[in-house]
Amino acid sequence: MVDNSLELLLKNLPLLLDGLISTLTIALASVILGLLLGCVVGIAHLSRSSAVRTAAKIYLEAFRIIPVIVWLFVAFFAIPIAFNLTISGETAAILILSLWGGAEMSDLVRGALTSIPVAQFEAGRALGLSEIQLYRQIIIPQAIRRLLPGAVNLITRMIKTTSLVVLVGVVDVVKRAQQIIERTHEALPLYAFLFVLFFILCYPLSLLSRWLERKWPT
Amino acid sequence: MVFDLSFLTRHLPDFERALLLTVGLGVAAIVGSLVVGLLGNAFRNLPLPGARLAVRSYVELARNTPLLVQLFFLYFGLPSLGIHWSGLTCAILGLTFLGGSYMIESIRAGLDAVKKEQIEAGLSLGLSRFQLVRHVILPQALATALPGVAANCIFLLKETSIVGIIAVPDLMHLTLGLIGLYYKTYESLLLLTLAYLLMILPASWALARLERRLRYGRQFA
Repeated sequence: MVDNSLELLLKNLPLLLDGLISTLTIALASVILGLLLGCVVGIAHLSRSSAVRTAAKIYLEAFRIIPVIVWLFVAFFAIPIAFNLTISGETAAILILSLWGGAEMSDLVRGALTSIPVAQFEAGRALGLSEIQLYRQIIIPQAIRRLLPGAVNLITRMIKTTSLVVLVGVVDVVKRAQQIIERTHEALPLYAFLFVLFFILCYPLSLLSRWLERKWPT
Repeated sequence: MVFDLSFLTRHLPDFERALLLTVGLGVAAIVGSLVVGLLGNAFRNLPLPGARLAVRSYVELARNTPLLVQLFFLYFGLPSLGIHWSGLTCAILGLTFLGGSYMIESIRAGLDAVKKEQIEAGLSLGLSRFQLVRHVILPQALATALPGVAANCIFLLKETSIVGIIAVPDLMHLTLGLIGLYYKTYESLLLLTLAYLLMILPASWALARLERRLRYGRQFA
């Protein structure tokens, strides 16, 4: 049975790889956009203007409270009707995953920045550093150390969440596996394959996150 | 675009039913995960070779794979082995499998935070192993673990949103059904969003309160 399963997987490997590329493209695009957005919004959380702070807070809470899949369906079903434009599953997926990742990232950035003791700012200023020097040489290096383990962990979560895109019609690796199952009626090996595949994608990142946490204890 | 108010009132009872089911599912998953979290930590500390590794492997497997794939595996994969479970059973098992791993981690963090002196003091007072765990270790560990455990509960409530894919008639399943049947996209999505707000907002407020009270309590400890 195991031999047959392996043969089945090998025979359908090109199809599965094609789906995997689609999954990884969406994940990568969302991770890049989401992390960048998160840095901007994270700083906005600490803005002097209360309007900016409130806007950032509402954005964060909206994505915290309403599940990603609901947002995905809102983007996929409601945007086309509201703005009378067609939006592909891929676009909706990248849009929502980036926005969700950005919200989660912004909270990590805010946490990293606020965790730096005020004394660090005061000491930098007392040494006569300009604001740019202060941030470049004192604050940002420390903030990045506090931020990185959580950010890597967020990337794992985003890769896992990318599996939801199959529900808005994207032909990702899950969809490819389902197509093969429809043809061959061999559900178990293909779902086992997906299980192992996502584990291989995410586990190294989990290890990296834990290693970073140990390397730079806070 | 016309917003169909009568559609909202007509399908409100459907949403009420689906909301109750989703909440019930979430609560079942939370209870199951807590049990797994406590048992996992108890098992982890047994003087058995491989106990630690077994728990660690389970946690890594559950945390590094998507719930969607876990549910598909349970619902569509296992029947090949002659195991036929209903969608609801698979949903509870899948959520417990995932949530249990998160709970093990949070509770472990709490246990690690109990100071060694506390255990030594308990032992030197002549407490039995059970008394030590019951009166000294658990109360302190759970208080430290609570914010993490609470965050896991909210996470699980949100994760229930994908069980519709294995034919559990939850909120998401109902919404997609209504969109497919009547093309009332806005109205259905609005009801769906409101249902989730109704479910998650009180939970997140309650937990914020709990955290504040814990911190207050600790000042006098």
